[in-house]
Amino acid sequence: MTSLHTLRRKAVNAVMLSLTGLCTFAAAGTLVFILGYLFVHGAKDLSLDFFTKLPTPVGETGGGMANAIVGSAKLLLIAMLVGVPIGFLGGVYLAEFGGATFSFLVRYVTDLLNGVPSIVIGIFAYTLIVLPQKHFSTIAGGLALGVMMIPIAVRSTEEFLRAVPASLREGAMALGASRTKSILTVVIPAAKNGIMTGIMLNLARVAGETAPLLFTSFSNRFWSPGWEQPTAALPVMIFTYAISPYEDWHQQAWAAGFVLLMLVLSVNIIARLLLAKRKHVAR
Amino acid sequence: MQASAPKSQMELTMPTPTNSSALGASEGTSASTIKLSATDLNFHYGSFQALHGISMKIYANRVTAFIGPSGCGKSTFLRTLNRLNEAVRNTRVDGTVLLDGQDIHDIEVSELRRRVGMVFQRSNPFPKSIFENVAYGLRINGMASNRARLREAVEQSLRRAALWDEVKDKLNQSAYGLSGGQQQRLCIARALAVNPEVLLLDEPCSALDPIATAKIEDLIFQLKDSCTIVIVTHNMQQAARVADFTGFFLLGRLIEFDGTTVIFKNPAKKETEDYVTGRFG
Repeated sequence: MTSLHTLRRKAVNAVMLSLTGLCTFAAAGTLVFILGYLFVHGAKDLSLDFFTKLPTPVGETGGGMANAIVGSAKLLLIAMLVGVPIGFLGGVYLAEFGGATFSFLVRYVTDLLNGVPSIVIGIFAYTLIVLPQKHFSTIAGGLALGVMMIPIAVRSTEEFLRAVPASLREGAMALGASRTKSILTVVIPAAKNGIMTGIMLNLARVAGETAPLLFTSFSNRFWSPGWEQPTAALPVMIFTYAISPYEDWHQQAWAAGFVLLMLVLSVNIIARLLLAKRKHVAR
Repeated sequence: MQASAPKSQMELTMPTPTNSSALGASEGTSASTIKLSATDLNFHYGSFQALHGISMKIYANRVTAFIGPSGCGKSTFLRTLNRLNEAVRNTRVDGTVLLDGQDIHDIEVSELRRRVGMVFQRSNPFPKSIFENVAYGLRINGMASNRARLREAVEQSLRRAALWDEVKDKLNQSAYGLSGGQQQRLCIARALAVNPEVLLLDEPCSALDPIATAKIEDLIFQLKDSCTIVIVTHNMQQAARVADFTGFFLLGRLIEFDGTTVIFKNPAKKETEDYVTGRFG
């Protein structure tokens, strides 16, 4: 009787263990598979030309995506200029000043904004900038990415500020610091690494966005002549090249995918290291 | 045990008033001028009344200890003395507290907190260097006119907190590298840097080992010359060792306030006797 019970218990345990293990393997394995696949297909076609040359016309081999790399950098710069100040200051307000009801509303709205599909945010930038100007522009693309950054920037800033112990605020105020002064001189510096990490992860997230760029910054076969002109960007290039019928373009798309992933991955790793360092100091 | 020396000294110099209402300024010598006096102080957290009509006089250059079980309001009372409770939402205070005869609500709050310094239960150094921790109060209060003055003031504060010799070679290192006892003394140095007239200590030794505790207690004796000290403590031996006066709090009321020897040897109230003899709490 007892042994039968034990047997059943062991069987259930074995089944559950292998089931959860399998799912864990599937989750982690997907990333490893994507990384490996991109490495195999992307890395072999990667050369210095990819980083320094413009795309070649159809039928001509070689060339690179220098304009798309620069374009992505410009888009992210604008995104940062839009998303970081709004997100950071909004987060400071929510964490330090907002009343309960108002903060709840703002938090709810930012969560909603976070859930808005990226293509809808693209339409927003399209309506706001592209339509009145009657041409695609880098600024419109950057704005779309910037708006996408706001909700996460607000929430991550708020979270990291809230994580600063109340004892530090009180310590500063007990020395005569005003509320604002204690926030500026103690709370924000204490949360600095965390906030920066949040911004970097956020940036890495929007760096791979394609949909909102399709009808804002559009694309460009050449160097973008200015901030108000369309520009190439890595994710859009991947999309364009991958659906093209040309074999060498496919190869370029793999290479671009590999570069984009490496960029995002390295930003992620640097951000995690920054955060780990902070934890180590604060114990 | 180091309790004997200060205790006997205390017995000699103390005015030994009989109860809180009799603690008038007229009784004492010039050494026992009133630094802080609270009258009918009530404090509410939302609908909960944490303090009920506290009246008490705190004498200059004396150590006053508050004892009582957890949640009895002694820390809350301490935090009304530098108006730190105001930062907590949904609180209300009424009654008066006078600092040198002036209502603390008429003193600009940053000025009040500069004059009435505070050290907390858990050491709370800022995530900055040792130097910057001590310099913080001087900087935000505009008390450091130049670099040399600042260095001098920081060194002096660290010396007063008996920490200088241990940290003088690593002033630019993070304060988090110090031990718990050193961190607490750093917080004392930080509070001393702005030359407070009163130092509020909120269970400063509760997280420290006996050796670190002894160091802080030694420090309290030295600081008495330049500061009025108010200390909240859970440790009755500590109150007996360091304090000239002791107040016993229970359920938001000040049950008894008197010279420390009276409180511990001959308390007037039954509750006080029960508590100090360990019958409850």
